[in-house]
Amino acid sequence: MRNLSLFAGVAMLFVLTGVFQSWNLSLNILNLALLSAIMAIGVNIQWGYAGLFSAGIVGSVALGGLGVALISGKPAAGAWAAGTPRIAAALAFAAVAIALAVWMQRKLPKGTSRSLATILFLVVAFFIYRGLLDPAVLAVEANNSAQAGHIGGLGLNSLWAWPVGAALAAAAAWVIGKVALGLREDYLAIATLGIGEIIIAVLRNEDWLARGVKNLIDLPRPWPVPYEISLQADPDFVGRVTAAGLDPVATSAITVKLIYAALFTLVLLTLVWLCERALNSPWGRMVRAIRDNEIAAGAMGKHVKFRHLQIFIIGSAVVGLAGAMMTSLDGQLTPTSYTPLRFTFLIWVMVIVGGSGNNWGAILGGVLIGWLYLAVEFLGPQMMGYITAGLPSGELKTRLAESAAHMRLLTLGAIMLVVLRFAPRGLIPEK
Amino acid sequence: MDLLNALVAFANFVLVPGLTYGSQLALGALGVTLIFAVLRFSNFAHGDTMAFGTVMAILFTWLLQSWGISAGPLPTALLALPLAIATTALMVLGTDRVVYRFYRRQKARPIILMIASVGVMFVMNGVVRMILGTREVKFDDGARFLLAPADFRATTGLAEPLAIRTTQAVSVVVAVLCVAALFWFLNRTRTGKSMRAFSDNEDLALLSGINPDRVVMVTWIIAGALATIAGTLYGLDKNYRVFVYFGMLLPIFASAIVGGLGSPIGAILGGFVIAFSEILVTNAWRKILSYLVPESWLGEGLWQALSTDYKVAVSFVILIIVLLVKPNGIMGGK
Repeated sequence: MRNLSLFAGVAMLFVLTGVFQSWNLSLNILNLALLSAIMAIGVNIQWGYAGLFSAGIVGSVALGGLGVALISGKPAAGAWAAGTPRIAAALAFAAVAIALAVWMQRKLPKGTSRSLATILFLVVAFFIYRGLLDPAVLAVEANNSAQAGHIGGLGLNSLWAWPVGAALAAAAAWVIGKVALGLREDYLAIATLGIGEIIIAVLRNEDWLARGVKNLIDLPRPWPVPYEISLQADPDFVGRVTAAGLDPVATSAITVKLIYAALFTLVLLTLVWLCERALNSPWGRMVRAIRDNEIAAGAMGKHVKFRHLQIFIIGSAVVGLAGAMMTSLDGQLTPTSYTPLRFTFLIWVMVIVGGSGNNWGAILGGVLIGWLYLAVEFLGPQMMGYITAGLPSGELKTRLAESAAHMRLLTLGAIMLVVLRFAPRGLIPEK
Repeated sequence: MDLLNALVAFANFVLVPGLTYGSQLALGALGVTLIFAVLRFSNFAHGDTMAFGTVMAILFTWLLQSWGISAGPLPTALLALPLAIATTALMVLGTDRVVYRFYRRQKARPIILMIASVGVMFVMNGVVRMILGTREVKFDDGARFLLAPADFRATTGLAEPLAIRTTQAVSVVVAVLCVAALFWFLNRTRTGKSMRAFSDNEDLALLSGINPDRVVMVTWIIAGALATIAGTLYGLDKNYRVFVYFGMLLPIFASAIVGGLGSPIGAILGGFVIAFSEILVTNAWRKILSYLVPESWLGEGLWQALSTDYKVAVSFVILIIVLLVKPNGIMGGK
């Protein structure tokens, strides 16, 4: 009952935004909030189910976005001839070299000579890798660099890119997990923070991959979502809308957003159903047992390390899925927009506020904080306007108005601290 | 083949920047390590504490400048430091009172304190942005060079110049002074000794009558002071931008962990290890090599292992290697 009223309250926020601002804005916020809720589910799987603190969520989100660029981006003519196969070969070589180095570490007798041999091997392999990669990268980036200059995508429907984005994030999580899981929890946090930064750095700087900071625009929409222009050109649509007494242009924008919202809700509900089933299965009980007491669970014969890796991968895949969906929604990949504050720590605030360990809590937190994060953007200046209305216009007033734009970090931090202290189990606590 | 020029180029591009950046990292890592040693959690808000301290230093610098006070050839910010340290110390004590003390009394798990520090990070980041926005602020004044490249060339007659900027020299000197003062404090004073005792064994320290609140307070003041100094030195050297300080979090944590979390000497060592590896890997070696081997051997490339954008990858790889090989760090922390 309480939970229902909480969700109803959040729904009211969106209705109020629609009535007092505009329905377009409200739906915009709703779509992003739904995506945030999916990301929050992913983080909740890691933290709520298993107690793994990852500070590299932004990396999974970005990898999901990269999946969209690679699968549904337009093919770049001439890139294949310029050197895509050679780039692939260089990357494959790097993977084999790293695997060999790991194998060397395992098989050779322990000692200084083993370390020296591995280091020497890696240095030589690195130079061979650069020798393979660099000419191909130059050739690909030189190929029509104003419009393309990257390896291009497959041009498939954006829906295919969603599982691929999830798979990319999962693959990265496997590597991270192999290296960093099993460390102390704060070391895990710092290691994942680093991985997240590195993934973003790669996306920003490797122009051959997805044009780096030159941004990749014009990514096609997923299959059922039409373009506003084609809706407005559709006589059937225009006829029905005008018959209902609505403006075709505004209605087409809202229709598109509604279809997105329906798609996202479908994915969200499927995920929740899966998560609820998993959490209430023997697997879920085992995972929570491991979280609450690793030693006892280990003594009962549960493979703690393997389960941690498994959960880390699943959680990252869910976040990657949301990242891919977000890039489909935006229709572009802008690496500079991936900031850890927005995509790592904000998601954490959502999970903590909503209630870690509870799927519905994560969703509530995601939608609520998602709304708040975007709504403070227009509410902050308005409130500051009311507060400073009595002040004479001058430097103080303009400075205060300017500072209002930065209020959202402050607000969210304060909310997180208050919830963490007074309701540490969140709005919808774990059962 | 020109060894002397190669050495000068090495000093100019690797040694001087490495020492500067290393000192800044070491000061930052000392703060993280002290908080970890006494309060037992990894403080994610440390980067933003540095940003806050720097903003305070900038504001007081402007105030002093408006009064016509300057430090001659040295940056005015050095005069503003004591005031900035005082405000930052008050601020971190405030966060301890409002946020951390509650969890400490509850004996919450370290991870909860760490999550709380993420909340503090948000708040502080917001405050800092509200004060100065997200623009870049340049606040170094005084003489630009301690050793100007033209002077060096005129005196030595070498082709390769060596430049030491005032801010670089200031960074190293201030860091040395701070470290000396800190070690004197930790090893010679009663409060410092009680801090170390508290860090080694909390229960034993409490039994022998050490006041925990006092130890925690002193730790926060020192950590706030170190963060302010590190942030201001970094800002003087490379200009202030709020995002940069968040990005410093990883190299700082890497330094502290590489040296051994909880060990002050380790933090200093770690700072220099991280700084020099970042610079060695991302430096373009072409210029230095061109004095040592014939130009034709070098070909087209810059002889740069990784572009400077991947600095973060270097500190990360070192961090991972240390965690896998020697999880307690060089000096064996906790």
